[in-house]
Amino acid sequence: MVYHRKVPAPALLEICDVSYAIGGRPVLRGVSLTVGEGETLVLLGRSGSGKTTLLKCVNGLVRPDAGEIRFEGRTIAREELIRSRRRMGYVIQDGGLFPHWTVEANVGLVPRLEGWAPEKVAGRVEELLRLVGLDPAEYRARYPRQLSGGQKQRVGIARALAAGPPLLLLDEPFAALDPITRYELQRQFLELRRQLGTAALFVTHDVREALMMATRIALLRDGAVELVATPEQFRAAQGAEARAFLAGLEGG
Amino acid sequence: MNRALLSEIASLSAQHLELVLIAIAIASAMGLPLAIALTRRARVRRLAVGFANIAQTIPSLALFGFLVPFAGIGKTTAVVALCLYALLPILRNTLTGILGVDRAICESAAAMGMTGRQILWQVELPLAVPSIVAGVRIATVTTIGTATIAAAIGAGGLGVFIFRGISMFDRNTVLAGAIPAALLALAADEVLEWIERKLSPL
Repeated sequence: MVYHRKVPAPALLEICDVSYAIGGRPVLRGVSLTVGEGETLVLLGRSGSGKTTLLKCVNGLVRPDAGEIRFEGRTIAREELIRSRRRMGYVIQDGGLFPHWTVEANVGLVPRLEGWAPEKVAGRVEELLRLVGLDPAEYRARYPRQLSGGQKQRVGIARALAAGPPLLLLDEPFAALDPITRYELQRQFLELRRQLGTAALFVTHDVREALMMATRIALLRDGAVELVATPEQFRAAQGAEARAFLAGLEGG
Repeated sequence: MNRALLSEIASLSAQHLELVLIAIAIASAMGLPLAIALTRRARVRRLAVGFANIAQTIPSLALFGFLVPFAGIGKTTAVVALCLYALLPILRNTLTGILGVDRAICESAAAMGMTGRQILWQVELPLAVPSIVAGVRIATVTTIGTATIAAAIGAGGLGVFIFRGISMFDRNTVLAGAIPAALLALAADEVLEWIERKLSPL
C-alpha cells in the first residue's frame, strides 16, 4: 500500500487531554497519547491507574468528561462509533467470546456485521485460525467451553483481527494464562504484528510483558501519564514509579 | 367410572387448558417486550417489579371477585386475572435472564461494533432463553392450579368439579377436578422442562 503522507503525518490514534471522573473521583487526568501506524503502545500501570478506562474511552465504552479522541484523523462521535469500533479489534482478559457461538461464528463476527459474503467470511475465518495456530478443521465447530484458556485467547485475537482493523485494543489479554502459554502467545503476538503491521494499544500491569511487546511504553499513575518511553529508555528511567516496576524484574 | 363422568372430565380439562393457554400466551406477549424495555430503564424497573409483586399477593379468589363488576362473569374475566398472576414470573425471569448475561460479553459485543439491537437479539436474548422459558414454566404450572378458581365466576374448567364437590360434600367429585388438574400441571412442567433443555444455547 502506498501512503501519501502530509507532513507531519497524523497518528492513527490521537488521545488529546482526556479526563474522566466517577463520582467526583478522577480516574483519568488530562491524558494525551498517540499511537502511530504499526506501533504498539503499552499502557503500563498498577490496578486502578486508569489504564483500562483509557482503553475503553478509545472505543467509546466509556465517554470521557473532557478531551478528544481522534482515530484515523476523525473525532470519535456518536454516529462514527459503530464504524470506528469495527476498525478496532478488541481483546479482553478471558477472551470475551460469545459462549453460545462456535469458534467460527465468533471469529466471523465483524466480517458478518460488515456484510461480507458467507463464503468470504468462511475463508477469512480459516485463514485467521491458521494465523493464530489453531487447525480450522479441528476447532472451527467447537464452542468456547471446549477450549483451553490459551486457545480461547487465540480465538479472541483471531476475532479481533478478522476484518483487518488497523488498530487492536488489548486489555491484559494474557494475564489469566499460565506462564508457559503466556510466553507462547506473547511470542506469537509479536510475530503476528510483524506480519500484519497492525498497530496496538496494549494494557498490562506486567513490566516484563510491557518491555517485550512495546514499541513505546506509557506509564500511568493515578490517572495521569508519568512517562512515555521506548523499552530501552524505560529500563534506564529514574522516576519512582518506573523504578518500582523495574524492581519487580530483578527477582527473576 | 361411568362414561358420562369421563367425558365431562375430558371436556372440562380441555376448557381448563384453554383458559391457561390463552392466559399464558397473553402474559408472555405482554411480559417479554415489557421486560426487554425494562432492562434499559433501572428506575422504572423497580416500580414495575414492585407493582407485579403486589399484584401477586392479592388472593386469587378476591381478585376474581374484584374483577367481576368491571369485566362481568365468564371466561374473559378469568383470563384477565390469570394473566395478572402469570405476568410476574415471566417478567421477573426475563429480566433476571437478560440482566444476568455477563457484562464483559455485552461490552465485547459493543466494542466489536454491534448495535444495541444486534446485541439484544444475537447475544442477550439467546443467552437469557433458559431463564425466560423457566419463567413461562413456573407461570404455566401455577396458572393451572389457580385456574380451578375460575369456575367460581362461571368460566368453567376443572374447578367446576371442585366447587360442585364442596357444595355436595362429596370428596370424589372434588378429586375428579383436583387429580386431572394436578396431572395437567405435572405434564406441563415436563413438556416445558424439555423445551427449556432444547432451547438452551449452551
